[in-house]
Amino acid sequence: MADAAIELIGINKSFGPVRANRDIHLEVAPGTIHGIIGENGAGKSTLMSILYGFYQADSGDILVRGKPVSIQTPNDAIATGIGMVHQHFMLVANFTVLENIILGAEGSALLTSSIGRARAELRRLEQDYGLEVDPDAVVEELPVGLQQRVEILKALYRGADILILDEPTGVLTPPEADHLFRILARLKDEGKTVILITHKLREIMAITDNVSVMRAGTMVATRKTSDTTVEELAELMVGRRVLLRVEKDAANPAASKLSVENLTVRDGRGVDMVKDVSFEVRAGEIVGIAGVAGNGQSELMETIAGLRRAVSGTVLLDNKPIDVTGTADPGELRDRGLAHVPEDRHHVGLVLAYEEQENAILGYHDQAQYLKGPFLDHAAIRRDAEEKIAKYDIRPGNPRLKTANFSGGNQQKIVLAREMEQDPGVLLVGQPTRGVDVGAIEFIHKRLIAMRDAGKAVLLVSVELDEIRALSDRILVMFDGRIVGERDGSASEGELGLLMAGVEGPEAAE
Amino acid sequence: MSVPYAKLPRWVDYGLIPLINLVVAFAVAGLVVLLVGENPLSAAAIMIEGAFGRGQNIAYTLYYATSFIFTGLAVAVAFHGGLFNIGGEGQAYIGGLGVVLVVLNLDAVFPWYVNFPLAVVGAGLAGALWALIPAYLQAKRGSHIVITTIMFNFIAASLMVYLLVDVLKPLGQMAPQTRAFAEGGQLPKLNWIIELFGARIRSAPFNISFLLALAAAFGVWVLIWRTKLGYEIRTQGFSPKAARYAGIGEARIIIITMMISGALAGMMALNPVMGDQNRLQLDFVTGAGFVGIAVALMGRSHPAGIVPAAILFGVLYQGGAEIAFEMPAISRDMIVIIQGLVILFAGALEHMFRPPIQAFFASLGNPARSNGAAREGQA
Repeated sequence: MADAAIELIGINKSFGPVRANRDIHLEVAPGTIHGIIGENGAGKSTLMSILYGFYQADSGDILVRGKPVSIQTPNDAIATGIGMVHQHFMLVANFTVLENIILGAEGSALLTSSIGRARAELRRLEQDYGLEVDPDAVVEELPVGLQQRVEILKALYRGADILILDEPTGVLTPPEADHLFRILARLKDEGKTVILITHKLREIMAITDNVSVMRAGTMVATRKTSDTTVEELAELMVGRRVLLRVEKDAANPAASKLSVENLTVRDGRGVDMVKDVSFEVRAGEIVGIAGVAGNGQSELMETIAGLRRAVSGTVLLDNKPIDVTGTADPGELRDRGLAHVPEDRHHVGLVLAYEEQENAILGYHDQAQYLKGPFLDHAAIRRDAEEKIAKYDIRPGNPRLKTANFSGGNQQKIVLAREMEQDPGVLLVGQPTRGVDVGAIEFIHKRLIAMRDAGKAVLLVSVELDEIRALSDRILVMFDGRIVGERDGSASEGELGLLMAGVEGPEAAE
Repeated sequence: MSVPYAKLPRWVDYGLIPLINLVVAFAVAGLVVLLVGENPLSAAAIMIEGAFGRGQNIAYTLYYATSFIFTGLAVAVAFHGGLFNIGGEGQAYIGGLGVVLVVLNLDAVFPWYVNFPLAVVGAGLAGALWALIPAYLQAKRGSHIVITTIMFNFIAASLMVYLLVDVLKPLGQMAPQTRAFAEGGQLPKLNWIIELFGARIRSAPFNISFLLALAAAFGVWVLIWRTKLGYEIRTQGFSPKAARYAGIGEARIIIITMMISGALAGMMALNPVMGDQNRLQLDFVTGAGFVGIAVALMGRSHPAGIVPAAILFGVLYQGGAEIAFEMPAISRDMIVIIQGLVILFAGALEHMFRPPIQAFFASLGNPARSNGAAREGQA
């Protein structure tokens, strides 16, 4: 038998008291797609960062094609033929595709020759793997799916034959994800080895040959994908049986809590992102807004939350207007009982450099319970943070740990705990489970249902159609800034998919 | 997960790395001394002797350090709010105007202990108002604070020349300066503290504004880490988007932060004007506003780092003056070079020695690292 493409032997890695990886053994056969799944914080990203040279293991060995290697930096990894596509793309937004691809491999002081070589090489890669992309397009103008393709090309251009993809579908629409999988299958056919890190079981089942499951820093199992089931993998990941569907009773909607009328929002470039949108959310229901990313959902949400100005239209909160075209302020809206879990928790919902307890009061730091005169009441803030940590099972349970050191799922729980525990009348939730693991998804979904059952109005924006369908009592579909259809929570995926693609057009709203 | 380097123990981060940077800066400075034909070791000896050798020298070192603490704190406060205040020089200069407006009117009326608090308010207010204009322009018009504060240094300099020559200078006097203050405008010296340790001091300008500087350092720590306003300033500094989400008014924070920063810079004027020269002279700030930037960089914008960094620059100023005096080949400009090297290595190249040090600590094995990180986690 051929040597394994990658073999990890006894990898250990600690961050202070946290053991992110303990005694990891992993063997990846060449020419296969190998999935690694696990909850956020299970140590998947750490393991791959060790393989890619971002971190050094405290102990353990790495063998590539049967030979022991020492990978100290990403450059070492690239030299051994390992390429990585990061969850958050590492591209220069205002460079062209070609410029991004040669970045770090420019060759000589003058770019002309390397650009020419890259152009020829790019053409070959396109033909070999079906990775079409315009080499002269500026990256920031490309859709996310194509930006990811540039990342893949970048790795291949550097001669990678082992490709690591970290949560690659987190930012993609379903058709983009399908396309990515076709590319990966093609790469496999051409003899490349692919390691796919994900927390989405469906992707594992759809595309991988083998799958390894991580939990709490250890590798708990490796299976042939054809020999396992979604249920088994979910159980291995979480360590207990998992409810994959959300259980909920029928909604009991009451009075209107949030009402949006003829709202139009323009972005900085002068493009109308939200066009004449009207809807309402009543107490005791979850209204989901489905749509492919970039069709105005984010702007709609930000406008209601007071982070963005509308051109025209009205928004009523508890039948009293919010000045969305003028002075609406997130702080004032919070006082009026509108809580907001923003889509971008890294830059908006949290300050990553803060301790957990400092983030637990962000936006509510004006409240008397956290203050003693002009001073922060650290004892009260800490008590409050500890209560939330216990109630929302935030791990590690240290309120003084830097927020950046929490996993995505736990960061999201910090935001959710903060916003939900204020007992708001209206809750805006953007992408509540993006980059969040199965166990935490279940928890977050249950919490959102509990909010609904407590008579709160919940407005949910998510690009995960499964999530929208599982949680929503009513579903609004946005396409090109308009609401193109309203369905109830039982609408089929195919029906919503057609609306999301804009096939039925705006008249479907009537 | 995108941080490429592992963490270091706290004492390495805040002690060893700055120390190494400093040693390298002095080593390079030593090469320059060698180039001009003097012995770097004896230059170093003169500097240490000049800064600490006698009570007199220590008093001068601390006198300079006092000014640098104020301007260093000023830069640090703005920095926590994500603002780079290059205008400390001008704010300190205008702070001097605030001081003399109080003192020239009251020095014959009240004793120093009444005039001092009033002068503190005057200096702070003048510095704050001078910072208010760039702050307002940044907050409301988006004019970059770095550009406007630099320009305001020049405006301050011209304004003070005009005021000293045409308005504040007593009739019939040649020098562009105010009249000398009466006793009510002179701050008591602190030289007796050093004399407690047995040193003798003939005369040195080390005065009670040093205590005010220490109080200000403590006050800045309380402000930034213990108050709601400090929390808002830090949030704005770390992430303007998160601040907006949290309902923190950006314009308000920019203006308040810059006014606090300007007030601290303005208070620097108390030290030379009331503590030493007892009159307002042309160019009395002599670069302290700019040194504050280096002090804040070296002190990592934390008062506990700024005070020692300010004392280090006090050593460079005082010890450097002695070198220039003792070694004819070395001019005062040489001292500026040494200061520049310290700024270069401690500020701009702060992270140059980080990777090798990290590799070294990684090679020591896990115990050192995990203990250090655990300590940090608990701290």
